[in-house]
Amino acid sequence: MKALPRLAIHLFLLALAAALILAVLDLPQPAVDLPAAVAANLGKSGVEHPVTAVLLNFRGYDTLLEVAVLLIALLGVVSVAKPVHGEEEKDEGKDEANPVLQTLARLLAPVLVIAAGYLLWAGGHRPGGAFQAAALLAGAVVLLRLAGLLPAWPRPRGVLRLGLVAGLFVFLGVALLGQGALLAYPPDLAGGLILLIEAGLTISLGLILAGLFLAFAANREAP
Amino acid sequence: MTPGLLYALAGVALFVLGLGAMVLPGPALRRILGFNVMGSGAFLVLVGLAQRAGGVDPVPHAMVLTGIVVAVAATALALALARRQEEKDD
Repeated sequence: MKALPRLAIHLFLLALAAALILAVLDLPQPAVDLPAAVAANLGKSGVEHPVTAVLLNFRGYDTLLEVAVLLIALLGVVSVAKPVHGEEEKDEGKDEANPVLQTLARLLAPVLVIAAGYLLWAGGHRPGGAFQAAALLAGAVVLLRLAGLLPAWPRPRGVLRLGLVAGLFVFLGVALLGQGALLAYPPDLAGGLILLIEAGLTISLGLILAGLFLAFAANREAP
Repeated sequence: MTPGLLYALAGVALFVLGLGAMVLPGPALRRILGFNVMGSGAFLVLVGLAQRAGGVDPVPHAMVLTGIVVAVAATALALALARRQEEKDD
């Protein structure tokens, strides 16, 4: 790369930063008062926390399609992973891993699962919800993998596949149950349905996020 | 200047830094990380602008929550592709 194009790129970036800063400073207040609209309809959503209400009720489409996107990303990662020759993954890391790390991982994993369950429940009335819970579950799986206590996934199969798609199918099933329109929950059942969706999402998103890491691990160990 | 506006401006700075890392020549890993930083900047702009008038707007919060998870998945896919490419080059 010559010096001149590099300089040009830097100048372009500076100009872009200046333009963006001016645009942000100049931005008018929004014409539609969304927080008021959310607050006015919160009673009908089935949950008490506004972010959860937006995520799973008012803008449920976003979340539904997001889960599909995550599943597709995982399929992509698994399919570009290097093919593994042996059927079962060798557990190479087990002997080399630090015993302190292994003990810590064994102690922390159940605590993380409990914390995930709490976050899932808390999502209805305070910050929390399926995504945060799933991130904790995935963190537990990654920790166990790094400690050499879990095998990598060359190819997920069987129960694991079922777990990966369960969240999307539960969500789709509930969405199709709606009154006339997709994702229009009956108001008196909304709270329970949202909790059901979130429970499915927690498991599936946790597995998907963990799978994004474990598919890499399989890739690395391939000969 | 409200704290929300400050966050939005910090988000703009992150976005431009990430864009720089992505378009300037460098290893694939640095570009992917740059892409990630760009995304974080965009999230910060969304959340910051939402609260510049005081009070919290739950709609951008939910959008950013969705976006963060999608960004993780996109980064993982990009890293997988980059590694596959590297193995091919060897």
